[in-house]
Amino acid sequence: MADLKVKIGALEFKNPVLTASGTFGYGHEFQDFLNISRLGGIIVKGTTLEPRQGNPYPRMAETPSGMLNAVGLQNKGIDVFINEIYPQIKHFDTNIIVNVSGSKLEDYIAVVEKLNHLDRIPAIELNISCPNVKQGGMAFGTSCTSAAEVTKAVRAAYKKTLIVKLSPNVTNIAEIAKAVEDAGADSVSLINTLLGMAIDAETRRPVLSTITGGLSGPCIKPIALRMVWQVSKAIKIPVVGLGGIMNATDAVEFLLAGATAVQIGTANFIDPAISEKIVDGIGEYCTRHNIAAVTELIGALKI
Amino acid sequence: MKKFIDDLTVCSNRKLNNDYFILGLTSVKPLPAMLPGQFAEVKVENNPAVFLRRPISVHDVDYAKNILYLLVKIVGEGTRTLSFLETGNTLNLVYPLGNTFTTEDVKNVLLVGGGCGIAPLLYLARHLHNLKIKTTILLGGRTETDILESEAFRQYGEVYISTDDGSLGEKGFLTNNSIMAQITNFDRLYCCGPLPMMKVLAAIAKQHQTDCEVSLENTMACGIGACLCCVTPTTAGNKCVCTEGPVFNVKQLQWQI
Ligand SMILES: Cc1cc2nc3c(=O)[nH]c(=O)nc-3n(C[C@H](O)[C@H](O)[C@H](O)COP(=O)(O)OP(=O)(O)OC[C@H]3O[C@@H](n4cnc5c(N)ncnc54)[C@H](O)[C@@H]3O)c2cc1C
Ligand SMILES: Cc1cc2nc3c(=O)[nH]c(=O)nc-3n(C[C@H](O)[C@H](O)[C@H](O)COP(=O)(O)O)c2cc1C
Ligand code: FES
Repeated sequence: MADLKVKIGALEFKNPVLTASGTFGYGHEFQDFLNISRLGGIIVKGTTLEPRQGNPYPRMAETPSGMLNAVGLQNKGIDVFINEIYPQIKHFDTNIIVNVSGSKLEDYIAVVEKLNHLDRIPAIELNISCPNVKQGGMAFGTSCTSAAEVTKAVRAAYKKTLIVKLSPNVTNIAEIAKAVEDAGADSVSLINTLLGMAIDAETRRPVLSTITGGLSGPCIKPIALRMVWQVSKAIKIPVVGLGGIMNATDAVEFLLAGATAVQIGTANFIDPAISEKIVDGIGEYCTRHNIAAVTELIGALKI
Repeated sequence: MKKFIDDLTVCSNRKLNNDYFILGLTSVKPLPAMLPGQFAEVKVENNPAVFLRRPISVHDVDYAKNILYLLVKIVGEGTRTLSFLETGNTLNLVYPLGNTFTTEDVKNVLLVGGGCGIAPLLYLARHLHNLKIKTTILLGGRTETDILESEAFRQYGEVYISTDDGSLGEKGFLTNNSIMAQITNFDRLYCCGPLPMMKVLAAIAKQHQTDCEVSLENTMACGIGACLCCVTPTTAGNKCVCTEGPVFNVKQLQWQI
């Protein structure tokens, strides 16, 4: 059996398979379907300083090989997370990572300061890429200056592993990744959803209440792979790759493109047991290809 | 309740008419306990146009024969693909999901189903019958072919019917059916059907201070409370229809009625 361990900054993962924010709840929703302690990590729903109700229904539209969502960061706020949710999930024997979202710099800082104290949260994923909230969110992630500014401020306030989640809705994602690296991030994850839209021709109305939404699922995989490849060549810190991963082969493709770890998102909706199967599948791939350690696959694309 | 992800085997596919069919599904294992109002997220195979699972209510369960029944209306690619299933095919389900209707503190109830909305009500009627609760059933639809399973319902109580065109039962909307004159006799209404119909019914129930539970059919992605796509506004904020519903008491909802 191959060694599946990977490292991001100082943090070790038992394998490179994490679940993506907003697609895996807080983990306990999936307990009937898989063994969470077999995963490399889980990234919980985008968490903001104050509770948020998100956008009005309808928030979802199915698309060819994917879906659009406009959930808009509905969450109970950091205090409810710490006091009510964290106690229920902290026993999970995996890396629990909080996806931190916000619309103001001060809010990000206030949230990460509270997270510093939680023993069982070894890392955060800073979401500067949510396309579904009007203020901030993605705005931070679409210019090098603002991405660097927010990363720097959070780096100063947060002691543990800092992953910054990048938006694909930019002209040059590698430039943004470089800015975030220079500002002190330990890692970048990409991609968040692509801005898209769905129309109901019969009613002549948009399907989503917000008109536009974030596209995810296998339809975005080629774009995500390309971006992971470009970014991993441009920076030295580890890249976490995601976007449309449906099975172990997809996950291996991201590793080959340069990702150190991967996240499973929309696939959790189709098969709630998929992330554990992907752990097994990567192991089998390594055995089949006589690979002793999964780290040998990282960036091993033959050109 | 523990949820499962299982391959079930199609043991029957009964066509009711051009729009509706009932799938019988069985398993080598005993089926899990399911409650009226709960649903399954069904995986549609062999159609690349269908990506997400489709939520379908538990229509009935025959534990003696280990068969789960799903009543489906063909409205698009997913449901059309399901209609082609044949005996022996497998169907992957994530189930049972969602909450259930409340049946405590009632002695005399009315079930109201519009079109495909009867899907969760047959199993509810069976359940109420077992609890010895007096049950009356009101079925409605546009035309005769929308009135489904009325014989099956008759095992559990008196059945009233309305069609918009008068082709079966009383002519007009089901909310105008003669049984509605007796609304105050009922301790609770249970309703599933098109949203406008449920809102009219909920308004009448409110007027007569009769308790009313409705089953919502918001579009879903995960069905297990993870994606937050299926929410409905309630008096306690946005709630997931897939985990905190699909059954809600109308008092919880922010309906302008
Ligand atoms: C909890 C729950 C229980 C359900 N139980 C049943 C059941 O027992 N039997 C049954 O036949 N159906 C049931 N439905 C509805 C069923 O899920 C949809 O009809 C189905 O997903 C449509 O898939 P499709 O691919 O055939 O159509 P699509 O191609 O997805 O859609 C066809 C058309 O129907 C509309 N539509 C699709 N889904 C919905 C929806 N949920 N609400 C309003 N409009 C919609 C679309 O906008 C489109 O115009 C239930 C839904 C929920 C949420
Ligand atoms: C319903 C839904 C909710 C999401 N919520 C968040 C979120 O709160 N924070 C975040 O950073 N990304 C969020 N995402 C984006 C995913 O984490 C992921 O980046 C994206 O879906 C692409 O991966 P996938 O194609 O594997 O799903 C969400 C995606 C979906 C589908
Ligand atoms: S459908 Fe995903 S939360 Fe309800």
